Amino acid sequence: MKKIRSRGHLEEIRRKLLERKESEKRCITISSGTCGRVRDSQKVVEAIYDSVKKHGAGDKVCVRVTGCHGFCQVAPIVVIYPDGIFYQRVKAKDAEDIITKTILNNRIVNRLLYVDPTTEEKIVYEKDVPFFRKQMRLLLGNNRFVDPTKLEDYIAVEGYKALCKVLFEMKPEEVIEEIKKSGLRGRGGAGFPTGVKWESCRKAEGDIRYVVCNADEGDPGAYMDRSLLEGNPHSIIEGMIIGAYAIGAHDGYIYVRYEYPLAIENTRIALDQAREYGLLGKNILDSGFDFDIKIAMGGGAFVCGESTALMASIEGKMGEPRAKYIHTVERGLWNKPTNLNNVKTWANVPLIINNGADWYSKIGTEKSKGTGIFSLVGKINNTGLVEIPMGTPLRQIIYDIGGGIPGSKKFKAVQTGGPSGGCIPEKLLDLPVDFEKLTEAGSMMGSGGMIVMDENTCMVDMARYFLDFLADESCGKCFPCREGIKRMLEIVVDITKGRAKEEDLGLLQELAEMVKDFSLCGLGKTAPNPVLSTLRYFRDEYGAHVRDKKCPAGICKDLIEYFILEDKCTGCGACLKLCPQQAIQGEPKKLHIIDPTKCIRCGICRDACPYESIMVK
Amino acid sequence: MVTLTINGTRVQAEEGSTVLEVARFYGFDIPTICYHDELTPYGACRLCMVEVDDGRRTRLVASCLYPVKEGIKVRTHTERVINGRKLLLELLLARCPNSKTLQDLASKMGLEKVRFKMENENCILCGLCVRMCAEQMGSGAIGFVGRGQKREVVTPFREASEICRNCGACMFICPVVELQCRGVKSPGELCNSCLVFTPQCLEKYGNVMCTLESCGACVEKEEK
Repeated sequence: MKKIRSRGHLEEIRRKLLERKESEKRCITISSGTCGRVRDSQKVVEAIYDSVKKHGAGDKVCVRVTGCHGFCQVAPIVVIYPDGIFYQRVKAKDAEDIITKTILNNRIVNRLLYVDPTTEEKIVYEKDVPFFRKQMRLLLGNNRFVDPTKLEDYIAVEGYKALCKVLFEMKPEEVIEEIKKSGLRGRGGAGFPTGVKWESCRKAEGDIRYVVCNADEGDPGAYMDRSLLEGNPHSIIEGMIIGAYAIGAHDGYIYVRYEYPLAIENTRIALDQAREYGLLGKNILDSGFDFDIKIAMGGGAFVCGESTALMASIEGKMGEPRAKYIHTVERGLWNKPTNLNNVKTWANVPLIINNGADWYSKIGTEKSKGTGIFSLVGKINNTGLVEIPMGTPLRQIIYDIGGGIPGSKKFKAVQTGGPSGGCIPEKLLDLPVDFEKLTEAGSMMGSGGMIVMDENTCMVDMARYFLDFLADESCGKCFPCREGIKRMLEIVVDITKGRAKEEDLGLLQELAEMVKDFSLCGLGKTAPNPVLSTLRYFRDEYGAHVRDKKCPAGICKDLIEYFILEDKCTGCGACLKLCPQQAIQGEPKKLHIIDPTKCIRCGICRDACPYESIMVK
Repeated sequence: MVTLTINGTRVQAEEGSTVLEVARFYGFDIPTICYHDELTPYGACRLCMVEVDDGRRTRLVASCLYPVKEGIKVRTHTERVINGRKLLLELLLARCPNSKTLQDLASKMGLEKVRFKMENENCILCGLCVRMCAEQMGSGAIGFVGRGQKREVVTPFREASEICRNCGACMFICPVVELQCRGVKSPGELCNSCLVFTPQCLEKYGNVMCTLESCGACVEKEEK
């Protein structure tokens, strides 16, 4: 493909691509994002190529390597289109069967089918998998059809159509008006109306403007930005070009963490292609509009996801936030008006332009429009990325899509919004997920992480985990965040070790509220949320640690004791052999006993006992 | 010129000035640590937080950075502000118990007890020295390294800086090292002498003995 000269030329290319696709043979799609690659998807890809070659099936089938499809629990996934035959947890040795049975002889390979954990039914087609069926995959859906290293694939799924519409049919003000009308809100977590932000940036004084894409996703357990950049980078690039046109910017940056090598690689390939084909650079599609994007790599500081710290980092300074009393849309990168949006926000833009603001604003709730992407992780059957219309109740996400809690354990809470968010207890499971409702519940949307916890999770320990993370990730500039988080952690550690006094709970609450009020940036202002929300919903559990010196979930090592049930122990000696402390004594075939003074509560004995006779109290 | 109210008083201020500058000009006392008249405001110590009502919402802002705006209502000493400042100071004192600047502030704010485990650091990371060196001395020999708990002020690569002229401006401006509180008996105790200041040394010696700003440390603390 040569440089695309004009709008007509692009449409012609698209028509030809679609014609070719219509007449096309079947297509084997292999998910090979980060989640796939850790399970050797690259070997699967090789094996499938080899097998196709070996059986001379090249004229019957084509192979497409894509990013993550979202159902990471069962990656790598192989889907055969157009039928949509869905194979999961595919290994390199399965390639032969897929080619010889399914492709050459139209037979299903039974052992690769997905089994619904609730009904134990085998499911053949992708569209019937409950995890996908109940989602609305506006942004993630295209990951299946696009090889991120091929611009043609993106063009075939209506790619750069919105860009043409904007460049040749709309004035910048009209674009902003459309985005405003759609009700799109920033997907980075705060939920600021995107159109309003664009307008302020366009109106800000200055000759040079910048647009920035924030892909510095650092929350533990959240990875949807990575998945989008890995799987469909052109959708973000297209969004950014449209934004730049509306705002009047000619330079853009994608700030992405160094820890996302595949995302960086795919974005770089996509940018090079876009430049080569004339979709970036001078005079885009002969419209007279110039715009280019650079990649800026982050060094792995969580705080650099904060807009001003991110900009300082791009400028080559220490990644530290500054007060935003003068907004970044007026003075941002190098003190020029700068519009920063999250990966998902940019990816929404082409959708809105293509389908219209009215269409978009029908999805979601009154104040939160469109879909939200959440990464569902933790104690959940179906781990993966979930895209649902805003306002979907939590219960539906966790049980209908997520498939519930594994091992018939009880649901306890879900942490939304990562370390800046809070936990939501079972009694609020019917809460519709949108910006306002989550904030009311003491949590926040954040970047969209959802960590599900079962009854074996200690909420104090959970708060300790997040405080530990934040104490490490606080930049240390402002005093309340640096000193406050350190002291909150100190108190919470004391609680988990049974050293805390009753008044420490009051001090913890006081500290949390001060840090929330007095900190400089969003990191500090939201850092106490895990503490405040657990104090709000699980105060009893704190009380049990402080007063009774007990950990009800059996997690905090200093407050628990392992013991052996007399009637269940057969004296098999399995625990005795494995105990690293020689804390277990007992004659063969007689009751064994754990010496609590020697026991380090590692739990190896409990895992080893075939009779479930070892308990925690 | 813009008109705003501070603690109910209508005042006029030049556009572009900060709430802290205006408040101090009119005699409202707002405590600060990382702020200095001749240096770029940094907004790190957060002691200067005030409540600002801009007509849409009331929120806490750092007055050293917040630019005055027409019609805003500033309140410098609300309950939320004072409680926060006190707790913040408590945190700072737990880190650097022997700073006279902090001890004096504690007396002024009526803070009499620190509930945290005491440390004995010599730096509160206010960044005054870093800005002093770069902005007033034109040198930039020191800077911050590290993040969070590991943050510290050092010369590049911790080696003797080639551009440092040993001018001592960093030590001059430091609120912790330069002035050690002499009143504290054991590490971590709050002196509070200024709170109960009756300068007995005047009766004894005719003038205050120390060369520093009189703190009353030489005075035996009265039983309370």
